[in-house]
Amino acid sequence: MEDVVISVLYRTMVAGTPLLLGTVGEVICERSGILNLGVEGVMSVGAVVAFVVTYTTGNPWLALMAAILAGMIISLIHAFASITLMANQVVSGLALTMIGLGLSGMVGKPYVGKPLAVKMNDFAIPWLSDIPFIGPIFFKQSPFFYMAIILALAAWFFLERTLAGIKVRSTGENPRATETQGVNVTLVRYICVITGGAFSAMAGAHLSTSYSKSWIEGMTAGRGWIVIALTIFALWNPGKAIFGSFLFGGVFVLQYLLQPIGISPNFLAMLPYIATLLILFGMGLRDRRRLNAPAQLGEPYKRGER
Amino acid sequence: MFKIIVYDRDSITPLRSLMTNIGSLLASLLAIGIVFFLCGVNPLYAIGKIFTGSFGSMYGFKETITKAIPLILIGGGLALAFRAKFWNIGAEGQLLMGALMGTWIGLTWGSSLPSSILIPLMFVAGFIGGAFLGLIPAILKIKFSINEVISTLMLNYICAELITMLIVGPWKGNTRFGFPGTNNLNDAALLGVLSGSRIHYVTLIIAIVSVVILSIIVYRTRFGYEVRVIGENPEAGKYAGIDFFKTTLVIMILSGGLAGVAGVGELAGIHHYLGYPASISSGYGFTAIIVAWLAKLNPIYVLVSALFFAGILVGGDAIQISLGLPGATVQIVNGILLVFLIMGDYFLKHKVIVSFANNDPEIAVNKK
Repeated sequence: MEDVVISVLYRTMVAGTPLLLGTVGEVICERSGILNLGVEGVMSVGAVVAFVVTYTTGNPWLALMAAILAGMIISLIHAFASITLMANQVVSGLALTMIGLGLSGMVGKPYVGKPLAVKMNDFAIPWLSDIPFIGPIFFKQSPFFYMAIILALAAWFFLERTLAGIKVRSTGENPRATETQGVNVTLVRYICVITGGAFSAMAGAHLSTSYSKSWIEGMTAGRGWIVIALTIFALWNPGKAIFGSFLFGGVFVLQYLLQPIGISPNFLAMLPYIATLLILFGMGLRDRRRLNAPAQLGEPYKRGER
Repeated sequence: MFKIIVYDRDSITPLRSLMTNIGSLLASLLAIGIVFFLCGVNPLYAIGKIFTGSFGSMYGFKETITKAIPLILIGGGLALAFRAKFWNIGAEGQLLMGALMGTWIGLTWGSSLPSSILIPLMFVAGFIGGAFLGLIPAILKIKFSINEVISTLMLNYICAELITMLIVGPWKGNTRFGFPGTNNLNDAALLGVLSGSRIHYVTLIIAIVSVVILSIIVYRTRFGYEVRVIGENPEAGKYAGIDFFKTTLVIMILSGGLAGVAGVGELAGIHHYLGYPASISSGYGFTAIIVAWLAKLNPIYVLVSALFFAGILVGGDAIQISLGLPGATVQIVNGILLVFLIMGDYFLKHKVIVSFANNDPEIAVNKK
């Protein structure tokens, strides 16, 4: 019985890892005032780039670097359109998702169905992984898991405890006042969108080089959209994102747990999406002011206009 | 050194709007060509093939009209919803829901009712199905402030799984040799097509009539005025006493319902049975977003932009076959087109001058 519990919790952590990476990236991006609906597309690009580079070079770390770089570059589309050209962020983000899904499908086509010879191996942390129960759940994970946790905590510290973090947050709250304090609002937003892209691409790399070790079109399966819901659920706080992401990781694992009972697999596949709606529903019942959304989220900022 | 000077345009003429759109389309073709080239595909051949495949032959043109039918219906509904800044990304699910309802009517009464009653009944059921699915995010947004982009998308996934569940389970047909899918609908439930094509003209007529009615609603009625106020100036709308809840509900009944009608058209005009969700709709719900945007959210212009994007879908199929490209290729083309269209809006609203003179700060001030 204990083995089953350990295995379920272990897999919950694995399933939650890409969600956490994506959510932290989106939190940083939205805190600067830019809504990025392109996560699904950027994740997909990250997944395909990581897969192709691992497949050809056999080095998953090099692949991760390449995926991050690709995620940053493709996010520039959204940054340029929504920041410089002040385009509608919803439409621009959707366009980024379309381009990302399309490009990854095109680039990845020759690689569909090919298995990876090497992957990002799990890494047991010495001493800690020997702790009974906790060790095999938390300390025999893939490097992506450790990176996700560390990056989430670092992002929390950055946003809540550093001067640069205050600049990011105030850019999302009141860009005009921030600009008068000598902060380059445009630059801050560019950096945040690109950083968000890097995180999304990491999440994608996890899917193709650690989680499933293969590439198929549409393998992100809506995780990019769940991430956007989790950002709201986490109240734009990277620390709370940890809790939310692994809660959702649990929902993904629940699918496999319930299958033997005889529930339709198609019904179980709906669970993450139904859970997303339920969570947003729960958030909607709360007082709007306590939601704490960045005040200028989704609003383009025009310099020098009163 | 050079300087980039930007100032706002005072007025936007329809001609300038049209020229900007054409400019955006040309620029996006260039970008698409570059992407094709980088992916190892001859860009001139590929782009040429897209247009000759869709508009270059009688067969291609008939297919283009066939694919324009759902895009006109959905694009018109989205133009209405987007005017109120209600981001309905769930047309794909609403289309599927329409197809599901149509199938249900068709399978239940296919052998007992005459065509003249059965087919209108299927369209009404499809409209209700799509409208029902559209109402959910509307209620969630106004009453529980749930972001409609996420809720409509989640409903897309849920609907696709629901249909798969039905076609592998209770609705699985005994004539499918064990493959998922319902039995073919009775002949009475099928739509007629123009000879030598797949154009199911009944749906085409419904689609054209719908966008005409939509444009009357948008430009000639109080409701249409309220829709525009909600989108452009919600604060003013509140003071003017506009009922946001009621207006949003009506918007989504129309937008979702029309997508549902498109679903019935695809089912009864093309496929004749309910199969896998991905086969019933080849991404019409998403392509229609760009259709609405290219049409500047004007339901009548949707007729033109739907035909254009239907052409890209048909041409996309052609290059997939002749060049062995994946289905996602069309998405790249669509995504890049959309990016350039929204970028074009910037140059429509602002005049951008690149100046090589040094003494230009005054120019910027004077011209403003």
